[in-house]
Amino acid sequence: MLLGVYGLLSASFFVAMDAVDVAFTEASVGAGISTILMLTTIAITGRSELASHYRPTLALILVLIIGGLLIYGTMDMPYFGFAEAPANLHVSPRYIHDSMQEIGVPNLVTAVLASYRGFDTFGEVVVIFTAGVGVVVLLGLPGRRDENDAEIELINTSMHEQHLVVRIVSKVLIPFILLFAFYVQFHGDFGPGGGFQAGVIFASAIILYALLFGLSTARRIINQPLVQLLSGVGVLVYGSVGLVSMLNGGNFLDYSVLSSDPIAGQHLGILLIELGVGCTVASVMVIIFFKFADRKEALHYKPRETK
Amino acid sequence: MLAHLPILQVVLPLLAAPSCLIMRRPKLVWLFTLIVSSIAFLISVALLQQVMESGPISYELGGWEQPWGIEYRIDELSAFLLLIVSAVSTVVLLAAHTSIQAEIAEDSQMMFYVLYLLSLTGMLGIISTGDVFNVFVFLEISSLSAYALIAMGDGRRALWASYQYLIMGTIGATFILIAIGLMYQMTGTLNMEDLSRRLPDVAHTRTMYAAYVFFVVGVCLKMALFPLHLWLPNAYSYAPSIVTAFFAATSTKVALYLLIRFTFSVFDFSFSFSTLPLQPVFLVLGFLGIFVASTAAIYQKNLKHLFAYSSVAQIGYMIVGYSIATSAGLMATLLHLFNHSLMKSALFLALAAVMYRLSSVQLSCLQGMGRQMPLTMAAIVVGGASLIGVPLTIGFVSKWFLVMAAIENGLWPVAVLVLLGSLLAIVYVWRVVEVAYFMEPMPGKDPVKEAPWSILVPVWLLVAANVYFGVDTRLSVQIAQAAADSLFGVSP
Repeated sequence: MLLGVYGLLSASFFVAMDAVDVAFTEASVGAGISTILMLTTIAITGRSELASHYRPTLALILVLIIGGLLIYGTMDMPYFGFAEAPANLHVSPRYIHDSMQEIGVPNLVTAVLASYRGFDTFGEVVVIFTAGVGVVVLLGLPGRRDENDAEIELINTSMHEQHLVVRIVSKVLIPFILLFAFYVQFHGDFGPGGGFQAGVIFASAIILYALLFGLSTARRIINQPLVQLLSGVGVLVYGSVGLVSMLNGGNFLDYSVLSSDPIAGQHLGILLIELGVGCTVASVMVIIFFKFADRKEALHYKPRETK
Repeated sequence: MLAHLPILQVVLPLLAAPSCLIMRRPKLVWLFTLIVSSIAFLISVALLQQVMESGPISYELGGWEQPWGIEYRIDELSAFLLLIVSAVSTVVLLAAHTSIQAEIAEDSQMMFYVLYLLSLTGMLGIISTGDVFNVFVFLEISSLSAYALIAMGDGRRALWASYQYLIMGTIGATFILIAIGLMYQMTGTLNMEDLSRRLPDVAHTRTMYAAYVFFVVGVCLKMALFPLHLWLPNAYSYAPSIVTAFFAATSTKVALYLLIRFTFSVFDFSFSFSTLPLQPVFLVLGFLGIFVASTAAIYQKNLKHLFAYSSVAQIGYMIVGYSIATSAGLMATLLHLFNHSLMKSALFLALAAVMYRLSSVQLSCLQGMGRQMPLTMAAIVVGGASLIGVPLTIGFVSKWFLVMAAIENGLWPVAVLVLLGSLLAIVYVWRVVEVAYFMEPMPGKDPVKEAPWSILVPVWLLVAANVYFGVDTRLSVQIAQAAADSLFGVSP
């Protein structure tokens, strides 16, 4: 729970630092989905830690040294918000002044992350895809189930059946959440948002549904092999945009050659790659949640066989 | 298309990874992975040729010039590493299907190849890029897939080993990220070439010292330099055999590449070696690594553990060469990097064959195997001889150049210690030979057959390379020399 509060707090912290896009992501991932995943994990493993007599004095000293080093490092740093700081003078002026002519996207953050440094974003999408594949491999392996059934402390999940108000309200809300996800997806060029945030919001709608109506109901809509395939499709869409620009005579991920008008090409390119990002992020989030929850269900419902 | 080779090198395996999801049959996916890896190998050969003929290649991603966009930059050093990684990956993959079928459940085999390709992509990406943040992104790809690959191994112990590696690796990656952040704050750029121009102005600030320390510690964690090597032996021992063969030959080498790249191309060379006391620290750690890890290797009962500790020791040799801080020393390091990846991939692949027949790599299981699996055991003997540094093998070549580099600089004790380290290698390799050839097979155990050809052929390909490059050193020495010279050329 505290983790969720922390996520929300740091989200507002990012807003204060004028990093609205990051705040957006932090609010949905940090405060939303990772809290749910943490809770699911706790539900699988049990609430209390095993008592341990280990006194990590050495680790404490190490942490103090590293903390000291970090503070030492900040001593010669330019002041926060200092206009003459190197970070504000070297590459950023071009992003700020010329990106409107070069890319034609009002949201600078999108211009930098989708076009100037588009390859990094591609890498990030692949990181998310890797995480999804990793979770599938680790939790999806047969024969790993029903280990130590008896030891695991179970938490009553049938609780949600009592929450009638929450169920009805969320049923009304879910279409709007999905709609909002699409808005964030396609509005990334103009305001804060983009594929990462949209993907997480889209996934959170599905997760909310699964939380309140049970996994078996949600599983009827969500076909897991298909979602796994979709997570790969997102990466492929992003990569194909790069390959097409290569075939059109530009460099990899050079969107200007996608259309006869460079600005229109940039728009098209950014739209397509954001779609790829959204697709991968949403499916990986759904995969991770379902894999965690499946494992819990396998442990929890086996004795009862009903749900 | 030739101009796009630098990016194709990385993007090809990258896009192949999600494509595997469409094909479901393990054998088909394996064939596809093998083909992709071979094409990557051919590309790296072409790139190396291009670089040796006409100097470094630069490729602007997205068509944005650096420092605004991301630049791929292939010079002699990166082309050399690209060749090593893609070559080892291809040869190891030849044996993958047989070995994986025995070690991993049928329905997660497809995912294995996806992760393998992602890991390959990550390493190739780290080597090719000329942008420090891009390094971090690809480091994440290669590490995440590595954790998952290791966890696919031998039951619960593999999970625990992978978890240890995950914690250590994440700390390492975070340190590297902190260093990159601090560097950006002081210079406003992420491009390596641009950084090397702008860093000298701010080199003597406390922020830069902190950045450098964070970077070096982070990379040493990834590289498993003594005393930060604790994650390595278990991770290598419990991972699937194919993964061990691939990682032992590549992953620590990529971290070493990063260390070399940052000390020589990003930070000023004199900053690393004159301003900060890097040389004595690394010399001491390198030798401690050689002696402690070699001694630990002598006492191991599990063969994978034994050779994993030997890997930590070999990293020590590379660091010693690096800290001599001359062109000759660096060249010895690069040569040993190349040679060691050949030795260790041969040895661990031979262990994959042992694993396939015996389902165990305990030293005691090897009794009498010299007669039952003659080809596999002979491969281990040649690999071991190479590890010791017997003449006519590649191990001899790299130790020769290392000792020469030390003597050239008047560092006699270094030369003597390197030779003493080899004596320890004789001890642990001899233990294997003794058990395999001079002990009777355990009574009551059924004799086993020689390993299948699909594993033996790649093993012997690597063994042949071990001998070939030990006799005909022109190719490897020439490339390593060119790479070392080019690094010293930019930063005199």
